[in-house]
Amino acid sequence: MSKATVDKIHYSDAENRGALIAVKAHLITGFLVFLLMMLGGAVMRAAQGALMPSVGADLFYQIMTVHGVGVVGTSAIASTGILWYFLRQYVQLSTKIFWLNFFIFLTGVVIILGSIFLGGYAGAWTFLYPLPGISLGVWSTGAAAGFLIGLLLIGTGFLILYLDWGRAILSRYGSFGQALGLPQLFGKEPLNPYHPTTVVVGTMVLIVDFLGIAAGAVALVIMLINLYNPEFKPDALLVKNLIYFFGHVIINAAMYASVSAVYELLPQYTGRPYKTSKVFYAAWFAIVFMVMAVYPHHLYMDFPLPKWIMIVGQVLSYGSGIPLMVVTGYGALMLVYRSGIQWNTSAKLLILSMFGWAAGGIPAVLDSMITFNKVLHNTLWVPGHFHFYLLLGLLPMILGFTLYLFNIPQEKEPPLVEKLGFYSYAGGALLLSLVFLNSGSNGIPRRWAVHLDEWIPYAQLGAVAAVLVVFGFLLFTVRVLIVLPKAAEPVPAAVH
Amino acid sequence: MQSAAWYITLISVISLIGVFYFVISNSKVKEEYSSFSKAWYGVRGKWFIFLIILWVTLLIITLKPFPLPSQTENYSDKGDQIIDVSGHQWYWVMSSDTVVIDKPVVFQVTTGDVNHGFGVYNEKLELVAQVQAMPGYTNKLVYTFTQPGKYRILCLEYCGVAHHGMIGELNVKES
Repeated sequence: MSKATVDKIHYSDAENRGALIAVKAHLITGFLVFLLMMLGGAVMRAAQGALMPSVGADLFYQIMTVHGVGVVGTSAIASTGILWYFLRQYVQLSTKIFWLNFFIFLTGVVIILGSIFLGGYAGAWTFLYPLPGISLGVWSTGAAAGFLIGLLLIGTGFLILYLDWGRAILSRYGSFGQALGLPQLFGKEPLNPYHPTTVVVGTMVLIVDFLGIAAGAVALVIMLINLYNPEFKPDALLVKNLIYFFGHVIINAAMYASVSAVYELLPQYTGRPYKTSKVFYAAWFAIVFMVMAVYPHHLYMDFPLPKWIMIVGQVLSYGSGIPLMVVTGYGALMLVYRSGIQWNTSAKLLILSMFGWAAGGIPAVLDSMITFNKVLHNTLWVPGHFHFYLLLGLLPMILGFTLYLFNIPQEKEPPLVEKLGFYSYAGGALLLSLVFLNSGSNGIPRRWAVHLDEWIPYAQLGAVAAVLVVFGFLLFTVRVLIVLPKAAEPVPAAVH
Repeated sequence: MQSAAWYITLISVISLIGVFYFVISNSKVKEEYSSFSKAWYGVRGKWFIFLIILWVTLLIITLKPFPLPSQTENYSDKGDQIIDVSGHQWYWVMSSDTVVIDKPVVFQVTTGDVNHGFGVYNEKLELVAQVQAMPGYTNKLVYTFTQPGKYRILCLEYCGVAHHGMIGELNVKES
């Protein structure tokens, strides 16, 4: 693609209508599941704060398991909806395969829910070997297998979808290197500032997610074999590496997939184009490797891991924040600065997402330094940093994109319900994340159903924050359920 | 370390809020992008250099000396206090529950079943040291206590439905 401007793919009206319905299905599913997961989170904080004595340890850990796997899975499916929506404008994607992944995902979800709430599986989303197979009678082998098979099925659906993305990108751009803009980065082709940012994002997500899910599938198959043939004992440290590689890549790729909404929509709201450049290509090329290589920061407290892997983990964990802080976040702020932007709720959410992503990176980078990790690992500091990322970074991107699809004229004043939803959600999410971080800095462990008396006030404050988050998100969800199904395809605003 | 992490985070988040406030409060006025973009791209270059210098400085400060104990060293030859620890669903087995201050303690930690997290807490419930208990491995954690008291051993890796009840005790005495 050496042209100065981008030729978008032409689809028939019927194809576009079908695609929009599919994207809406992804988003509505996302909103409903996120809401349920948030309610689960609020219940857990209330239980830890001794406000819900009816939630016993068994139920708490079941909720914790579904909360973890549900948030990761829903982040993946909703962010895929966003990226697919934009990517299909530049490469020829199949709506049938998009739906196929969606239905495989739902089938996997049903199996996982059955394993947890019928089978009693409560081995956490991390399913660390050999915990799923050793429950001391709390759940059966079948329940553990159901959880693992459900995850394997979901991964398979995504792999099928990514094969379609790969085919589409290769048929338009010839190679992933071209799609990532590498010939332009290395001076082999002239710079094309109109090379689509979304194609770069889509290619990066495809590469890392494909490898991440493949690694996860290996871990799942190994563990399934072990469940039914306990004589086969894989190396626990190897399985842990595979699981954290998989988990870290999946949730990070969801963030990177959703950021396509910022690249595509902020230019429309500000009237300024987000042009690609060598700095942009370099940042995303670096991210392809960094996202896959930083996961050892989850394993510092596994001392037998080779020292060089830990050093790489620390070096790259910091490094992976730089492209965001220097390119995406900074670029977004430059688009907004003195742009005369009309602040509708979608624009507010997208800029909030930039704040949440950047700010959430600070406690994450600290925890990724071994010196700090020694006293923060597996305390509530860890949920603190990823709730910061997810509630104030990822979800505002998903929310901002969904509100864009409402197709409401930009100059129209946002309704009160959106304003109330925004401030309740954003304020609650900030408070919730800070309470988690402060709890972690006070040594409170993560994943404890019952808290010691000294820790209860933190959990109670966390529960109040969670209620604010649920209330704000509920307002958005109700509005999404009313407005989104009938909304027509938005007409992109002019960008000069 | 914990309070340093908290205050660094808090100050950084507040600073970031300040940056976003500055940009948002300057967003309603419309100005030609080209009139300021070059200057602000210049600032971006300086910001990038600052982050790189900070990166290198932090790496040197925090990785030299390497902050984790050697796993190949034979600590029993050095006269350190050695405690063999094994995690089980849902209790700790320790070869001794008493140590003295000012002399390194080597916890040789493993597990009898699933992954656990060996976390040592002082009387103020501050986490002072930790390591994972991992199937098939013995992880060596070295820590020198400077304050006597009753320490608690909490599990820091989710290990099943009584994970929160997995609490052990360690007595640290004057030498």
